[in-house]
Amino acid sequence: MEAVIRIRRFNPEKDKKPYWATYTLKDCEPTDRVLDLLHRIKWEIDGTLALRRSCAQGICGSDAMRINGRNRLACKVLLKEFGEKPKIQVEPILGLPVIKDLVVDMEPFFAHYRAVKPYLVNETPPPVGPDGRPRERLQSVEARERFDDTTKCILCAACTTSCPSFWANGAYVGPAAIVQAHRFIFDDRDQLLKERLDLLADPDGVWRCRTVYNCTPACPRGIEVTRAISEVKKAIQTGKRDF
Amino acid sequence: MITHQFDTIIVGAGGAGLMAALYASRTVSVAVISKLYPTRSHTGAALGGISAALGNEEEDHWEWHAFDTVKGGDYLTDQDAAEILAREAIDAVIELEHMGLPFDRTKEGKIAQRRFGGHTNNVTGKPVRRACHAADRTGHMILQTLYQQCIKNNVTFYDEFHVVDLIMNGDLPAGVVAVCLRDGSLHLFHAKAIVFATGGWGKCWEVTSNAHSMTGDGAAIAFRNGIPLEDMEFFQFHPTGLYPTGFLITEGARGEGGVLINGRGERFMERYAPKVKDLASRAIAIELREGRGIKGKRYVHLDLTPETVRRYKAEAGENADYYTPEYIETKLAETCDQGRTYAGIDPVTEPLPIQPTAHYAMGGIPTNVNAEVIADSDNRVIPGLYAAGECACVSVHGANRLGTNSLVDLIVFGRRAGLRAAEYSRGASFVPIPSDAGRKIESELNRIRTANGSTRPHVLRKKMQSTMQDFVGVFRNGKDLQKALDTIRELRREFATNIRIDDRGSTFNTEVLETWELGCLLELAEVTAFSALNRTESRGAHAREDYEQRDDQNWLKHTLVYRDGEEGLRVDYKPVVIMQYQPKERVY
Ligand SMILES: Cc1cc2nc3c(=O)[nH]c(=O)nc-3n(C[C@H](O)[C@H](O)[C@H](O)COP(=O)(O)OP(=O)(O)OC[C@H]3O[C@@H](n4cnc5c(N)ncnc54)[C@H](O)[C@@H]3O)c2cc1C
Ligand code: SF4
Ligand code: FES
Repeated sequence: MEAVIRIRRFNPEKDKKPYWATYTLKDCEPTDRVLDLLHRIKWEIDGTLALRRSCAQGICGSDAMRINGRNRLACKVLLKEFGEKPKIQVEPILGLPVIKDLVVDMEPFFAHYRAVKPYLVNETPPPVGPDGRPRERLQSVEARERFDDTTKCILCAACTTSCPSFWANGAYVGPAAIVQAHRFIFDDRDQLLKERLDLLADPDGVWRCRTVYNCTPACPRGIEVTRAISEVKKAIQTGKRDF
Repeated sequence: MITHQFDTIIVGAGGAGLMAALYASRTVSVAVISKLYPTRSHTGAALGGISAALGNEEEDHWEWHAFDTVKGGDYLTDQDAAEILAREAIDAVIELEHMGLPFDRTKEGKIAQRRFGGHTNNVTGKPVRRACHAADRTGHMILQTLYQQCIKNNVTFYDEFHVVDLIMNGDLPAGVVAVCLRDGSLHLFHAKAIVFATGGWGKCWEVTSNAHSMTGDGAAIAFRNGIPLEDMEFFQFHPTGLYPTGFLITEGARGEGGVLINGRGERFMERYAPKVKDLASRAIAIELREGRGIKGKRYVHLDLTPETVRRYKAEAGENADYYTPEYIETKLAETCDQGRTYAGIDPVTEPLPIQPTAHYAMGGIPTNVNAEVIADSDNRVIPGLYAAGECACVSVHGANRLGTNSLVDLIVFGRRAGLRAAEYSRGASFVPIPSDAGRKIESELNRIRTANGSTRPHVLRKKMQSTMQDFVGVFRNGKDLQKALDTIRELRREFATNIRIDDRGSTFNTEVLETWELGCLLELAEVTAFSALNRTESRGAHAREDYEQRDDQNWLKHTLVYRDGEEGLRVDYKPVVIMQYQPKERVY
């Protein structure tokens, strides 16, 4: 089948402002992914097209883009979703500066990520086995399950860049950073609870979330982002992690 | 060229690179250079688990793990390396837990372990629970956890910097050259110690589980600088790749009861005895070659539907009432998602189309057990140069890697690389940068950027991938291998003289870098075909139709291939380290 794809393009070395370019591709299969089409354009028609991608299987988080108005991973969107005569519109994710074509500057996103101290802190010396060698800290199956959902995050930025609060104010840490914080707040091995909650109680922390719910459907990993945010809000109010 | 100076430079931010970075950065100044944001590395795709003889679920010993590794490697594994791997795996996995890795837990709260092909109780020969896991995203969790720890420890990263060459001053490494993707600028990183951790090169083949970025850059760069490549003929094909993309369907799918069925509706695996990946891949390849694919096409079925699985379980006298659609949905969530998303098939109601897929490079940059790169068959060390992870050949995987051992390799030898590199940096001084440093690579990149021949790189890539798929795949023979070698050499000439590029800019010019990566792939494809043609026996993942037997008399040795002049290749050998396990025929 034939697919028509419109791409928001911009090359800072040539273009004053972004523009739409349209490509028509013949012999497409319903199981082709949007990433396959972008590759065909780049490899067969115009090598200057810039995009990020690596795994092509929804696990590395490189290729979040706005596809027909929704944030998706290009490698996870099959053509057949768009019917017999697919018409697809692709543009960079919003709220981050465009570097070239579909590539945006991810630094502000990762700065927010780093700001929430996304690492386990536990200063108690770990247990030692009968042989004198270190052993694992014990954790119950239930305690492990408590933060399972938020460990799935691949830092693709689809949630954060779908959030109107983030578009309006780039200082807002955004859903992805809160998801990361949640992963440690609800891990009973972590000892930085108070500091984590204080960090997110900041004016640019969780309270900028207005529960618009854009983030949850945007997440390619099926993480219940809004729920994670509300659990963090609750933890801030009560001062503890509830189970 | 913009110059930077660090004691130790680590190229690559997958599991191996990050582990090296964590250890090296404790005592010396370190920078990690990665062409991808670290969390985009392909370590994140690993599903099944990481093995260590913790004995949390049942009796286990690291010696058993070591033996399984040697046997899985069809006795080409260096046994000193296998012992280190198995012994240090235990502390390494515990350390990952301390770093925060969310392993699944047993009822007692310990790290949970499951079975994985080839891991056994050496006394009874029965499968043992050795693979530690975090749901079906163990690799993702390892990558995330190590990156988190690097942030905690303020490790310096150069993200989206693409390393394109190594600078040698005589016999000593002095630094690396990298392109900054954002603005195309060239950077020279001057260092006392350099660690390569750049991952594999599955993209040489058409059907692969590997990411687009797995183009073997580090191995190719080392090779271009006079370092040999070891055991390149050994590349693992995983039996269950989704058709047509090649994405990996976890071994667990068969573990849960999924059955392989050919075009005649036969459960053909019964005719073979497959427990290790190379044997299962061969069985499927034979079915396909002999025309027993589904509807004559190049795939067989992996049937996970309750109807089929229950029927076969009942035949075997097992109660399979538990095997419901919901059960599959929870146990094989990732597989269900893959089937639906990428094949448009719901594994709960329909069988999945599968084919063997190019998966893992056993060969690579030769190193000793301290991750030091070695230059020749006498194990001469190149001071200051290290390699770890999939790009390296220790050789711990021998002729075929045992499932879950790559992740162990990353952690154990990544750590050793970091420690050694730091130790060396503390005692050494900077090797001066030669005055013409980087000139050659600069002109090569310029050649690519301004190339106005007639062949688009993608045409060459496709041709290379189909050639490797058809002639350097699960089965090989002398005639086909020679054909592959000739074709790849032609493609290399075309690459050097007649390519065409559109993007002449400097901002995020991925066309130039992808083309440069293609040059790496072509180089590694050539060495692979050459090594495979040279080895006239069958061992592990290397199955020669014209030499079907393993030949310990002549071939119990590692291959080393060097570049000889501009176009030639030269072969040499290195003995296998054999300690307590004498080679035996592999029976499963
Ligand atoms: C689908 C799949 C499932 C797997 N499952 C398992 C499993 O269950 N258990 C197991 O043990 N193994 C498994 N493996 C194998 C294992 O995941 C890999 O071998 C391992 O992760 C490789 O890690 P690495 O650190 O060597 O390289 P990678 O994780 O591939 O990282 C390479 C790094 O090098 C960087 N890089 C590369 N080239 C350059 C350059 N030129 N300049 C700068 N940076 C560069 C990249 O940016 C990246 O950061 C699986 C593999 C696949 C594909
Ligand atoms: S929460 Fe989901 S959408 Fe947001 S960054 Fe993580 S994976 Fe992407
Ligand atoms: S390319 Fe990795 S998530 Fe799409």
